[in-house]
Amino acid sequence: MKKLFLTLTFILLLSALFAGSALAQDKVPTDDEVNAIAKQLYCPVCENTPLDVCPTEACRQWRELIRTQLSQGMTEDQIKQYFVDNYGARVLAEPPRTGLNWLIYILPPVIILAGAFILFRSFREWTGRSKASSVLSAERSAATPPAEDDYVARLEEELKNRK
Amino acid sequence: MTETTIPKRGVPLWVQIIIWVFIVGLLALVGVILSKRQQGTVQPGDAIPDFRLPLFSGYEYEGRSEVKLSDFQGKVVVLNFWASWCKPCEQEAAELEAAWKFYEPHGEVVFLGADYVDTEPEARAYLKKYGITFFNGPDMGTKISQLFRIRGVPETYFIDQNGVLYFVKIGPFASVNEIKSIIAQKNP
Repeated sequence: MKKLFLTLTFILLLSALFAGSALAQDKVPTDDEVNAIAKQLYCPVCENTPLDVCPTEACRQWRELIRTQLSQGMTEDQIKQYFVDNYGARVLAEPPRTGLNWLIYILPPVIILAGAFILFRSFREWTGRSKASSVLSAERSAATPPAEDDYVARLEEELKNRK
Repeated sequence: MTETTIPKRGVPLWVQIIIWVFIVGLLALVGVILSKRQQGTVQPGDAIPDFRLPLFSGYEYEGRSEVKLSDFQGKVVVLNFWASWCKPCEQEAAELEAAWKFYEPHGEVVFLGADYVDTEPEARAYLKKYGITFFNGPDMGTKISQLFRIRGVPETYFIDQNGVLYFVKIGPFASVNEIKSIIAQKNP
């Protein structure tokens, strides 16, 4: 009886093990899982169209390839590397940080910083000028008393005459 | 009367020079890239730099799984870019194979197929479907197609015995005779 129980337990364990591995192998990756990787890739044939929404036959084949690779247990990075090896780095939505590609990452912040610097300098210049000109006009008005102003004197005289 | 001078402040000269050098450099770079893109394919008369083509298993050349253009010096090379997803490629598949069968016994002309942006299972199915037997392999990293600056598939490049391009065919061939007449220019 004990022997029969042990045999049955062994068979059950063995069948559970095989069923588990069979399930793992049969698991077909969903469209969402495929597209999560596909949207990070661009097919060189259809420029500017991400792989997940590209309607061409070439892109459909690529998506199927991703599905196959996912079902084989390849990771996202391994799949992306496969595509780079086979079709070149230009298939990546985010170019690798090498060579001239660095310009893409460096230029925008450099341009923004340079623009901010120029703007800051210009503001300082403008505020400096307006302050200086207001000081200058104040000094001028202080330096020229109303009585000494020929024009004001003539105006006052004419007003007096009218009265 | 007191004279007050407004201090003149602006971007220092060295910063201006750096900015201008940077802008001119950037424009030059964009110009070079754009002019390269506008160049079109390589032109007849251009010497073709050596390149490597890995071959699909079953399509090896003398038992080798990779060939170089320089391996075929002294022979006319017919380099055909194709893909399994390319409908016009199907139109010329039979013609290319027939032409290859015509030249294969003489050994003076070599046909190479460069499979462009394709997946291997579909590529193999295509080769089997059209009974293609000449040397074929994937254009790994699209390096060869970039070297020839191809615009699409099918495109076929005829390279003479000295490694100089002498004819470019854009689109599918209409007949075997068309292929033969182009080869005959260098291999009468």
